[in-house]
Amino acid sequence: MATSSALGGWLHRVTDSDVWWSFKSSPMTVTAAAVTFFIVAVAFLSPVLAPHTPFDPATLSLSDGLKPPVLVSDDGDWTFPLGTDDQGRDVLSSIMYGTRLSLEVGLASVIFAMVLGIALGLVSGYFGGTVDAVIMRVADVQLTFPAILVALLIDGVVRGLISVQRHDEIALFVIVGAIGLSFWVSYARTVRGSVMVEKNKEYVQAARVIGLSPVLIMIRHVLPNVTGPVLVIATLNLGLAIITEATLSFLGVGLPSTEPSLGTLIRLGNELLQSGEWWITVFPGITLAALVLGVNLLGDWLRDALNPKLR
Amino acid sequence: MLAFILRRLLQSIAVLLTVGLVAFSLFRYVGDPINAMVGQDTTMEQRDELRTKLGLNDPAPIQFARFIYNASRGNFGLSYRTSEPVGRLILERVPATLELSFCAAIFILFVGVPMGVYTGLYPQHWSSRLLQAVSLFGVSLPPFLVGILLILIFAVSLHWLPSFGRGETVQLGWWTTNFLTWSGLKALILPSITLGLFQLTLIMRLVRSEMLEVMRTDYIKFARARGLTNRAINFGHALKNTLVPVITVFGLQLGSLIAFAVVTETVFAWPGVGQLFIQSVQFSDIPVMAAYLLLIGLLFVVINLVVDLLYSAVDPRLRGGGSVRVAGH
Amino acid sequence: MVTTSNNPPLLEVKNLRVEFPTRRGTLLAVDDVSFDIAPGEVLGVVGESGAGKSLTGNAIIGLLEPPGRIAAGEIRLEGRRIDNLPYEEMRKVRGARIGAIFQDPLTSLNPLYSVGRQLVETIQTHLPLSGSEARKRALDLLKEVGIPGAESRIDHYPHQFSGGMRQRVVIALALCAGPRLIVADEPTTALDVSIQAQIIALLKRLCREHSTAVMLVTHDMGVIAETADRVAVMYAGRIVEIGPVRDVVKHAKHPYTKGLMGSIPSLGVRHDRLTQIDGAMPRLTEIPAGCAFNPRCTERGQRCLVERPELMSAGASRAACWLHDRGGVGAPVARELVDA
Repeated sequence: MATSSALGGWLHRVTDSDVWWSFKSSPMTVTAAAVTFFIVAVAFLSPVLAPHTPFDPATLSLSDGLKPPVLVSDDGDWTFPLGTDDQGRDVLSSIMYGTRLSLEVGLASVIFAMVLGIALGLVSGYFGGTVDAVIMRVADVQLTFPAILVALLIDGVVRGLISVQRHDEIALFVIVGAIGLSFWVSYARTVRGSVMVEKNKEYVQAARVIGLSPVLIMIRHVLPNVTGPVLVIATLNLGLAIITEATLSFLGVGLPSTEPSLGTLIRLGNELLQSGEWWITVFPGITLAALVLGVNLLGDWLRDALNPKLR
Repeated sequence: MLAFILRRLLQSIAVLLTVGLVAFSLFRYVGDPINAMVGQDTTMEQRDELRTKLGLNDPAPIQFARFIYNASRGNFGLSYRTSEPVGRLILERVPATLELSFCAAIFILFVGVPMGVYTGLYPQHWSSRLLQAVSLFGVSLPPFLVGILLILIFAVSLHWLPSFGRGETVQLGWWTTNFLTWSGLKALILPSITLGLFQLTLIMRLVRSEMLEVMRTDYIKFARARGLTNRAINFGHALKNTLVPVITVFGLQLGSLIAFAVVTETVFAWPGVGQLFIQSVQFSDIPVMAAYLLLIGLLFVVINLVVDLLYSAVDPRLRGGGSVRVAGH
Repeated sequence: MVTTSNNPPLLEVKNLRVEFPTRRGTLLAVDDVSFDIAPGEVLGVVGESGAGKSLTGNAIIGLLEPPGRIAAGEIRLEGRRIDNLPYEEMRKVRGARIGAIFQDPLTSLNPLYSVGRQLVETIQTHLPLSGSEARKRALDLLKEVGIPGAESRIDHYPHQFSGGMRQRVVIALALCAGPRLIVADEPTTALDVSIQAQIIALLKRLCREHSTAVMLVTHDMGVIAETADRVAVMYAGRIVEIGPVRDVVKHAKHPYTKGLMGSIPSLGVRHDRLTQIDGAMPRLTEIPAGCAFNPRCTERGQRCLVERPELMSAGASRAACWLHDRGGVGAPVARELVDA
């Protein structure tokens, strides 16, 4: 009973807050949220919802290949509403599974970058001195390169170190790692700045005198301060992470065709573009665009709502 | 001022050396250079001999120094994939990438910045809101998708513009240029737009938000209170203050353009340095990767340095090396 | 100075009402405020934060930030209505006829332009002077406000001046086109205490020399006592007392003003205890009925709960309090203050 009334109380505070009001009053944001959640939900429920299993070779038949979408031509087939590719794989199902992968990679890499960045920022800010100098130097060097190059580089290196099959198997982790490693710097800098401010405050010194671990105290005080800016960075990063992964896959150095994300699907379809089978590329493309657009719109709205200067 | 320049120069060199170190480590420790060079039946002794001959058994610092020395003279060894000298490969392709990036930069500067200023000055107007919406698309569409879309529309459907390649180019010394032929210019259009679009929307949004911030400052309020004309306020005070941070971003974008050419060149089969890099990643062609890395690093470092110097030339607060002289009450 | 028909007021504010539409309803930030300023006089406007003094100043110079707007009332400068002027007309008034000084001198000056350039620009906007004439005028002004070495400092940038010097530059900028009235919004609050007195003295001297009237908005009663000829006390968007400064300070007529004066310590007078006004100024969404001050007033009566008092004669000043009406306040009602 206590929890449900606490939950009710919290819900009431949320719906009564400024943030919720600004959400409701912007039809574009509501639409964006609806579209995004729809895509996300369908993607994560793909094993249940998808009409076919396009990546199980046993279920494929070449005779189903290259069917166009149902509404566009008479050759279409309602079992394959968005058409099929040259191997007979259903485009709709491919998109569902692909979106899920794109989202997983995007979220995972942002979380990875956040954790890594916060950790390094804390260490750098608290210990200062050589540790700080080294970490910041590395950050500076890394910042001279755009994320995509860093990700490409890491991928290339891993590729050089292990065989092709192994690489395909662990491609997911490599990509998440590569993208995550290219984003950690902003989090680290923000947290470091906060830590350096808090470090000199009296309560930290007092804690030291009492014998409490100042690190823990700082984390208790610093982390709440940085949640806002960190969230802002994360919302900016999520769309970018999804785009980066899609780009890497499109270039052939991301997720392989055995486990394709939306980017991979677009690449596979691109090869057929010139001969007129446009649906294999365009539908995944539309999905990708809608997803990133939704994420960016939500991110924009969240940033404006959290920005005290704009209220 | 001099101290400032010196400090930045030293920083730049430090960064370059670090990049060089990374490139070198790649070169030396990822994969085995020997294996890529010799056939299957070369014996272990022969390989070892080769190693010593190439200096691969020397201590690491010496190898690093040699690497840097070679790099400064443009010698990056041979490509694993094509066995051609890496330096020559890169040089052949540099003009293609540079011209493409230059066009994209012009696109960004002369379309993006004015659009940003406009939407910053009149944010409530319907045209501003429309541009804002369109810019959101620009940020959400991955560049390769934009490229594909443009190809679909303008090349495959309308047949107005070519869908791949550089078109006809003219050789000027060691440089090949697109600008002197009609087909060359046509070939530049779609790739430049594709390359520039993402950055354009970024710049537009940045300029807009900077403009909005500036318009809320006290000095603008005081300028209004003094009865200055809108023109003086918008273009004299606000614009100048807005553009100062924008310079930094634009400079960095130049570097980004060259780096992002990787994607555009792949979509349009544009024979530039970016396409070379992708091929090298796919084939794990380490010498090319390392060389590209160093080159990009050098480029970015130089750009950063120039931008910093430009910044301090424009913002008087930075000229005294950051210190502020205070004179009495 | 008293305004008579021979000495018409420079500024007339009549029944000014400033509103802020928000999602929670419309906030009334300035409620039916009326006062005059005579040519060359210094009118202090004092009150707590949020009492509406800055907004009144902003409304006068026509720089209310949206969504705030003037909902009712008139503002006249030298007899001419200025509250309903189109933007371009008002722009010409600003700087040339009414000047403004804001609180923070650091952020009031554009960091990228030299002080001289900012002065010359303002001068040339309003006066038909050539470049060199404008520069000479700028130079003279800098000397007048007490910037040492003005010939070289005129080309310096704002960050090269200290806080006090910067505010002098701001004063020069406000005066350079020769306005008849200056609205000074907390001009010394952001400065070191030791500098505040200098700047206030400078402002007072310059305005006397140039015959410029000043509307001095501040929460610092000490500054008012030193500088103003008359003072208006604002509370919750209304003027509760207005009169010559000596009268208001020494013989306050409104209970709120009495409380304010009692809370200022002064050397040479023995205070057993500084008075404190219990409670806090109400939020603009919760202004009580009747007299806005009544919940905190120790002298309130029945009438104060119900009828809102207008400014009425009370000796040499005017106060918005039923104590000074023949009808009185009615039966006394004790306060029921809740801890703020």
